[in-house]
Amino acid sequence: MLRKAFEAEIKQVKDDVLLLGSMVEESILKSVDALKKRDLKAAQKILEADREINKKRFAIESQLMILIATQQPMAHDLRLLASIMEIISELERMGDYAKGIANINIRMGDEPLLKPLIDVPRMAEKGVDMLHRALTAFVNEDVEAARRIPIEDDEVDALYNQVYHELMLFVIQDPKTIERANWLLWVAHNLERVADRVTNICERTVFIVTGELTEINDTDNEFWHPHKKDE
Amino acid sequence: METKISVSKITAAEAISEIKVAVKNLSVYYGKFRALAEINIAIRSNKITAIIGPSGCGKSTLLRSFNRMNDLTPNARMDGEILLDGENINAPGVDVVDVRRRVGMVFQRPNPFPKSIYDNVAFGPRLYGIRRKSDLDEIVEKSLHQAALWDEVRDKLHQSGFSLSGGQQQRLCIARALAVEPEVILMDEPASALDPISTLRIEELMHDIVKNYTIIIVTHNMQQAARVSDYTAMMMIDDHRIGRLIEFNETQVIFTNPKDKRTEDYVTGRFG
Repeated sequence: MLRKAFEAEIKQVKDDVLLLGSMVEESILKSVDALKKRDLKAAQKILEADREINKKRFAIESQLMILIATQQPMAHDLRLLASIMEIISELERMGDYAKGIANINIRMGDEPLLKPLIDVPRMAEKGVDMLHRALTAFVNEDVEAARRIPIEDDEVDALYNQVYHELMLFVIQDPKTIERANWLLWVAHNLERVADRVTNICERTVFIVTGELTEINDTDNEFWHPHKKDE
Repeated sequence: METKISVSKITAAEAISEIKVAVKNLSVYYGKFRALAEINIAIRSNKITAIIGPSGCGKSTLLRSFNRMNDLTPNARMDGEILLDGENINAPGVDVVDVRRRVGMVFQRPNPFPKSIYDNVAFGPRLYGIRRKSDLDEIVEKSLHQAALWDEVRDKLHQSGFSLSGGQQQRLCIARALAVEPEVILMDEPASALDPISTLRIEELMHDIVKNYTIIIVTHNMQQAARVSDYTAMMMIDDHRIGRLIEFNETQVIFTNPKDKRTEDYVTGRFG
């Protein structure tokens, strides 16, 4: 096999993507856990972790630029490296959602949660599980899995709708809860977006293997989604 | 499988671009040895077609078939047809000199004649009977312009072609090929003996002139094929060491999403 050094470097980049992915997964789960426990110290740590995530993303980006400049990738190699560029950007944005949740936690200060968190942690677990499997599909170039995972976005959307309706009931019953309801709505919104970005990662895996650049999923059924079209 | 990313780039103009050279079921033999088998390919007018593939796969043999250069090789013979504007160039009665005027060639190493720059370019036109100095002057200037060499040599047209640098010599050879107003230009690794800047000059020159010509280039430099060509033909030898066309497609497809595993392995540098 020719190009042993290049193969080794590609493997290294893929390992780094998995590492970045696990940092993001951890951040998302911890941000929701910190919110559930109203643990502001833990929330502060999420902000620090996000800086590490950003650094890691830039490090991988630099590695990619060097590989593109020095190895002139073609065909599958080109699709892979171009897709990794996109995937790390998706991961970094997911990290930002975790940071957003941590920031909401910090801004809430001494205010108690409007309600105990039940569906929100479920959304986080589901999203992270999807992300984990999407990254496994990416590394294994498993097109079948990459096409299946985005379908599960519907479950996250359903949870989001449930959270939304529940929070609206609180607001209708007592308009003074509007701010606390809004905070939690933003948390749920961030988690809903995590699952959307998992779909983007899966689309790249399909592209790497087949060369087809298409949207896998247009089944976003979440009820309320003001920013969907601009992002 | 359809490549969605490439579809948008195919314009209506390209879709109806004429076929300049059509190769039908071409096989070439050197004595008993079959060098090429069952080549079918359609070369489009005013486009650059690159032929790529590992050493010994028959790229140059195919290129040399386009202007009957294989006629010069003892024991070489061929089956099948090569149609230039629909006319078989190997049909009885076809004048090989006329074929070579219509289908010019530029070789790997610059090979100017041991003559002045002017006489190098005027050589072909003189051979075809042009005698008037004013006509020749015009052809020489126009050809050197097209080959992007005029500004560098206008004051030394009567110096030897050998006084030029390697890159300039190769552009002189291109000017010499253009001087007889060919329709097709064959280039056999035209930049492999040149430095990177001279290489890019040749590539730019190809882009500049392709609106008036049809260019077929053999190259070992994959980046060059990707940079300059509109279409790419991938060749390889089979188990019997016979050269075959493996894949022919738009260049952007060959280098982003080739259909054949062997093309993929070759363009990603994993062949062998």
